[in-house]
Amino acid sequence: MKKTKLFSYVDKGTIIHKLSGLTKLICFLLLSFASMFTYDVRVLLILLAISLIISYIAKFPFRRYKIVFIYFLVFILFNFFLNFLLAPGYGEELFGTRHVIFVINDYFTLTWEQMFYQFAKLIKYLCIMPLGLMFFFTIDPSEFASSLNGIKVPYKACTVFALALRYFPDIQRDFTNINLAQQARGIDTSKKASLKQRIVSISKILLPLVFSTLDRVELISNAMELRGYGKAKSRTWYSYRHLVKRDHIAIAVCILIFVTVLFMRYFVVKDLFWNPFI
Amino acid sequence: MEKKSFFGKLDVKTIVATALGAALFLVLFYFVKIPSPAPNTNIQIAYGITTFFGALFGPISALLVGFAGHALNDFLAGFGVWWSWVIASAVAGFFAGCAYKYCDLEHGKRPGKMFFIFNIVGQFLAWVVIAPVLDIVMYAEPMETVFVQGLVSFVIDTLSALVVGYILCVAYAATRSSSSSLDKE
Repeated sequence: MKKTKLFSYVDKGTIIHKLSGLTKLICFLLLSFASMFTYDVRVLLILLAISLIISYIAKFPFRRYKIVFIYFLVFILFNFFLNFLLAPGYGEELFGTRHVIFVINDYFTLTWEQMFYQFAKLIKYLCIMPLGLMFFFTIDPSEFASSLNGIKVPYKACTVFALALRYFPDIQRDFTNINLAQQARGIDTSKKASLKQRIVSISKILLPLVFSTLDRVELISNAMELRGYGKAKSRTWYSYRHLVKRDHIAIAVCILIFVTVLFMRYFVVKDLFWNPFI
Repeated sequence: MEKKSFFGKLDVKTIVATALGAALFLVLFYFVKIPSPAPNTNIQIAYGITTFFGALFGPISALLVGFAGHALNDFLAGFGVWWSWVIASAVAGFFAGCAYKYCDLEHGKRPGKMFFIFNIVGQFLAWVVIAPVLDIVMYAEPMETVFVQGLVSFVIDTLSALVVGYILCVAYAATRSSSSSLDKE
């Protein structure tokens, strides 16, 4: 079974890595909400350029993540076709005009409006994706919980995120072990088995996995209780980094971008889409 | 039997269980994919985990299992978080957790009909109402696409949540001794 090495943090010492985790979280949320609020192709292209520049500064190893990009491209292309199959007239509805490219039949008519709408959507996906990758590529996992707490998420919920990330590899290892052990006993979980057979065999992996995890819960919660976890109303974090000048600058820039996008959306274009057809 | 609050306890054990539940959700979501007859959809047995943790630890725990599990999965998969579906997962978890007050797995009882009712209602709201509506509001997807996708996932996810969740609940209940297993003579 192949191991996933997708999520591995390496401190490359770039300016992006040096920012505090809290700054990265705030900037990530601001930029991704900004790209969520708009469908204006011009704005989206600028946001895409910004996120590509950030990934370049952070020395993001595009080559190593090729498989992710291919997977992602297949996903959006599938979505692209599904969209056209299910709602080929949605573009006209949005823009209120009709410029036909070619006609297949009454229902499936390819229009410029539809192409433009789907292109905008494609750019939007492309824009959101590197942001999420960048965030997880540059944030120190042990700083993640303290950053969440920094935006006033209750610290017990932060612990949930931190512990889940901490125990993901352990449970993954358990899963692999149980899977191999059951395969050694002749239970087929591969693609060759029939659907019904696979469901039965997966339940034979699931039960030991869940129960061993529940045993682990006892162990960890005892250890945490012994150290007095959850007795006080708030909590400090070992890995918290105080905000310095560059953090303030980064946050200010992101707020500026966010406000500009909202301004464009509500006062300049006044619509979700920028309409080049009128 | 002590009275249970609707939202469940929020002690250290619940927090740890929630975290490990989210990690479990993540592992299953990521590695166990049974292709379903419908194209491009997988039977996600991970939803059975939210159902089980909901019945065992309450709505807040299950909400966080669904939310953290799904959000972290999207991060790890690398295509950015699809917030509308993450929120739908969290809602499905919350409703699964509403069955907590009516279940008594700790004392070896099997989940009753409230378990099924809450889960079906929750899954319906999540995939047929919340996910499509948020898709339209947040991502401006056309209505036809999202409702078709929503209906397909409702059917598949409800089946897997109920079947896997019920198997887990029954297996867990079987390991607990019933509070009334001793008779006074």
